[in-house]
Amino acid sequence: MSSFLDASGVAPPPCRPRRSSLRTWRWGDRLLLASLWAAGLGLCAISAAIVLYMGIRGIQYLRPAMLVTAPQASTSQAGSGGFLDPIIGTVLLTLIGVIVVLPLAAGSAFWMVEYGRPRWLGRVVESCIEIVAGTPDIVIAIFGLAIFQTRLLAPFSVTAEGGGVVGRSFIAAGAMMSLIALPAIYTATRDGLLAVPAHMREAAFALGKTRIATIRRVLLPSVRSNIATGVTLGISRIIGDTAVVLLMLGAALHIETQGGTPVLNLLRGTGSTLTSYVYENSPAGEGGAPQKAYAAAFVLLVFVLGLNLLIDFIGRAGARSTGLSVGVAVV
Amino acid sequence: MRAKRADELTAGANEFDQTREKQMIANGVDQRTAVASAQINDFERLVPPVRRIVIDRAPVAARPPTEREAVRRSLAAVGPERLTLREVSISYGAKQAVKSVSLAIHQGEVLALIGPSGCGKTSLLRTLNRLTELTPSAKRGGSVLLDGEEVQRFEDTKLRSRVAMVFQQPNPFPMSIFDNVAFALREQSRKRPRRRELMPLVLDALRRAGLHDEVCDDLDKPALRLSGGQQQRLCIARAIASRPEVLLMDEPCSALDPISTGVIEELIHELRQDLAVVIVTHNLAQAQRVADKVAFMYLGDLVEYGTAEQVFKQPRAQRTRDYVRGVFG
Amino acid sequence: MNRSLSARVFDRIRKPWPDHRAERTLGAVSLLVVAIVLATIVCILARAWPTFQHEGLSWLGRGGNVDRQLGDMFSTGLHPGASAYHLRAWPLVYGTLLTAGIAVVIGLPVALLASIFIVEFAPTRVRKLAIPTIRLLASVPSVIYGLIGILVLVPFVGNHLITTSEKVRMENVVQLTGAGLGVAAILLAVMITPIMVALITEALAAVPRSWREGAIALGLHPLRATLSVSVRAIRPAIVASAVLATARALGEAVMIYMVAGSVAFSPKPSDGLIFVFEPLKTLAAAIVENFEGLNAPALRSSVYAFAALMMFSAFALSVSGYLVKLPLRRHEVRG
Repeated sequence: MSSFLDASGVAPPPCRPRRSSLRTWRWGDRLLLASLWAAGLGLCAISAAIVLYMGIRGIQYLRPAMLVTAPQASTSQAGSGGFLDPIIGTVLLTLIGVIVVLPLAAGSAFWMVEYGRPRWLGRVVESCIEIVAGTPDIVIAIFGLAIFQTRLLAPFSVTAEGGGVVGRSFIAAGAMMSLIALPAIYTATRDGLLAVPAHMREAAFALGKTRIATIRRVLLPSVRSNIATGVTLGISRIIGDTAVVLLMLGAALHIETQGGTPVLNLLRGTGSTLTSYVYENSPAGEGGAPQKAYAAAFVLLVFVLGLNLLIDFIGRAGARSTGLSVGVAVV
Repeated sequence: MRAKRADELTAGANEFDQTREKQMIANGVDQRTAVASAQINDFERLVPPVRRIVIDRAPVAARPPTEREAVRRSLAAVGPERLTLREVSISYGAKQAVKSVSLAIHQGEVLALIGPSGCGKTSLLRTLNRLTELTPSAKRGGSVLLDGEEVQRFEDTKLRSRVAMVFQQPNPFPMSIFDNVAFALREQSRKRPRRRELMPLVLDALRRAGLHDEVCDDLDKPALRLSGGQQQRLCIARAIASRPEVLLMDEPCSALDPISTGVIEELIHELRQDLAVVIVTHNLAQAQRVADKVAFMYLGDLVEYGTAEQVFKQPRAQRTRDYVRGVFG
Repeated sequence: MNRSLSARVFDRIRKPWPDHRAERTLGAVSLLVVAIVLATIVCILARAWPTFQHEGLSWLGRGGNVDRQLGDMFSTGLHPGASAYHLRAWPLVYGTLLTAGIAVVIGLPVALLASIFIVEFAPTRVRKLAIPTIRLLASVPSVIYGLIGILVLVPFVGNHLITTSEKVRMENVVQLTGAGLGVAAILLAVMITPIMVALITEALAAVPRSWREGAIALGLHPLRATLSVSVRAIRPAIVASAVLATARALGEAVMIYMVAGSVAFSPKPSDGLIFVFEPLKTLAAAIVENFEGLNAPALRSSVYAFAALMMFSAFALSVSGYLVKLPLRRHEVRG
């Protein structure tokens, strides 16, 4: 009875289980299986190819000195300096954008989830955020020009001779960048708040805390990682955006300040970011410096990939995030 | 009870069930006293009377147990042996779930696998249609023969069209009722069969599953809108639509209310004429109601196997005796 | 308690706020967001109004060379007459629809197949590698796509895929440099596919396992089980991802401007296979090209008209996506 038992006490089956072999599948199904593998591996191959190619070009053309030298006007590539100013520009723009949008987005999300009265207003707010999420960045940029080129907002940018408001400055671009990052932060905060279990709020209310105190002491700490994820997503969108920069910041070689006051002059000034630098140096812009463009693009890609890793890290360390869609700002 | 329109039934299912239950309790009180007065030993007192629940007729009085046994013995033209298990053992990695079980399953009879939770009943059931292969760490020893041929030698898709399964939680697909029942029929034929060709098969399956009268008005209704009991009957209809030879049921009534449970037990009673039915249940009373043969499993071992009468009235093993009496479970 | 005014204000802010004040403040913040969005819509429409006023809706139609019309607007000065607003922007609209359409038509099946692969058929190690790789693709800035396009793909197409004879043949009509529909559509497809993959994988992973197990128990092999049950169940999610991807594709400006050529030409399928290499310009690219000249009122209202059209199309997309999902939701699990 038990003569053929092996170590685990299981007698080996008489033959291998016969799966429905591919031969019996319909032709269409076989083709489909092949295309499944092709699609999955193909996308990975394209992604790897892009990263590898940019890596190769970047290593070929990037010199560490470029990261700390300011760009100079020059006809030859060797003399045209590095891209320190664009890097500073990127950082500055991101900072302004995040500082402007964080209270807006987080505040709206808290209001939506915790209060949300009257109902119709809540629906309107949600729809508006969806509209912003669906608006292309070029439209946001052109809207920015529309409002910053008016006399009303003249102090925020340059006024040329003849009275025309140019409408370009760091603060103008930063304000528009806040719209770019708005849906990401709002959605992340709102989802984090919705995922907080009801008993946490109930416990706080039972202890006699007001809603706002609950928000400050109980909810805010628990959605910190969600807000951080949203902010990082937003930053990654800001850094990668070119349209707003081109329209609202220009592509000046150096950061140029406007006026006398120490910090305000920088905010009112113009400059460039890594994205506009890449654009300008490619054949589409002023052209003529593809090597610098590759180098700057490589630095940009490294920034963005680093942010991606950061999002992963925060998401894992925090709590409520989903798998693949964390990397996509979805409403 | 007059026949009710299908939509009224589905809409007011709960209400309807409650009124029916009240009526039957009213009936049942009489039935129970009638039955009790005929009881002669302990066993009879444990068996609840079976009611035939037919929508458009008055409820038929349950036959007393002895008569039921006689009917069963006469009806049981026990057919040929369909499934044979020889020293089947199943292990998941290092843990052994089933140790050396040998059974025979005949057409025309219902085999109930009973035993406490976690004793390998479900694993044994799932190995009969090779569903255990979905778990990577599962290994099977011994042999399972379907009509004499080793089950591993069939293609798994062909095997599963001959050995159908109904799960514990009703899992109708997110489609219409018609599409659910016709699902297997459509997939098994080479060309796409037309709706006209499928309709009689679908209606027949629904009739055999006892769902026809309730849903025949609107077969395109989403299946997920049916009640729990109806969904489970739909899953049964879907499973028997392609005329399998063996029907495996994994605790089909555990998620259902008593009324639906009764309906499905009645169904099993009728289905076993064409199929071999293997039902896993940890509800002893249900096993007594539906089973012809009973296999009692405990911690992976087959402790006892015999006819229902023998296992419940004169169990050979002490453990079986204890389990049947409710000493543990 | 003689505290100064500033101290009293400071106290008021620092003490725990009563709920109604907090609610009103947060509500004001939300209203600010709403106000900004409404301001966007109003501003753009207001500035686009002159074009609609003078041209009605016929500026969307065909007639003449858009590039020349926009160039003329630039030189009409500060007080243009009604004729300065003459515009027939159909080539731009056509270009936008063509690139976005082809990108989605290529991208959606690839995304669906890749998602099914990742969720059901990839071995665990492959899946762990594939998910971050594809997500990476979604976060690459569009200007990098544009750079690769203009420095690698366009020269490749121009030098190797278009023969000299074809260039000569088309010389009188348009110059074929390699920058055109093909490169733009492919890059756009690569850009939007990860968005769809993210949404569809999420939806597939949320389909209850019992459905697929039930299908397998009925005798289907895993591929058929997935297709017949899981894919059918996620149809609303597929529609949603397609809508999102189309919106993204319609709005892409800088990348298209870099690789699609700078001629507002309408690629003609009747030209044969060469039609894939013909240059074009989209609405967004036209905005990028002309934003410098916004001082000229005629040009300004045209550019804002393009922006208004893009906003409207994004809105129309989400509405139609919602409408398409409605009948699909019939079969979903309720509550």
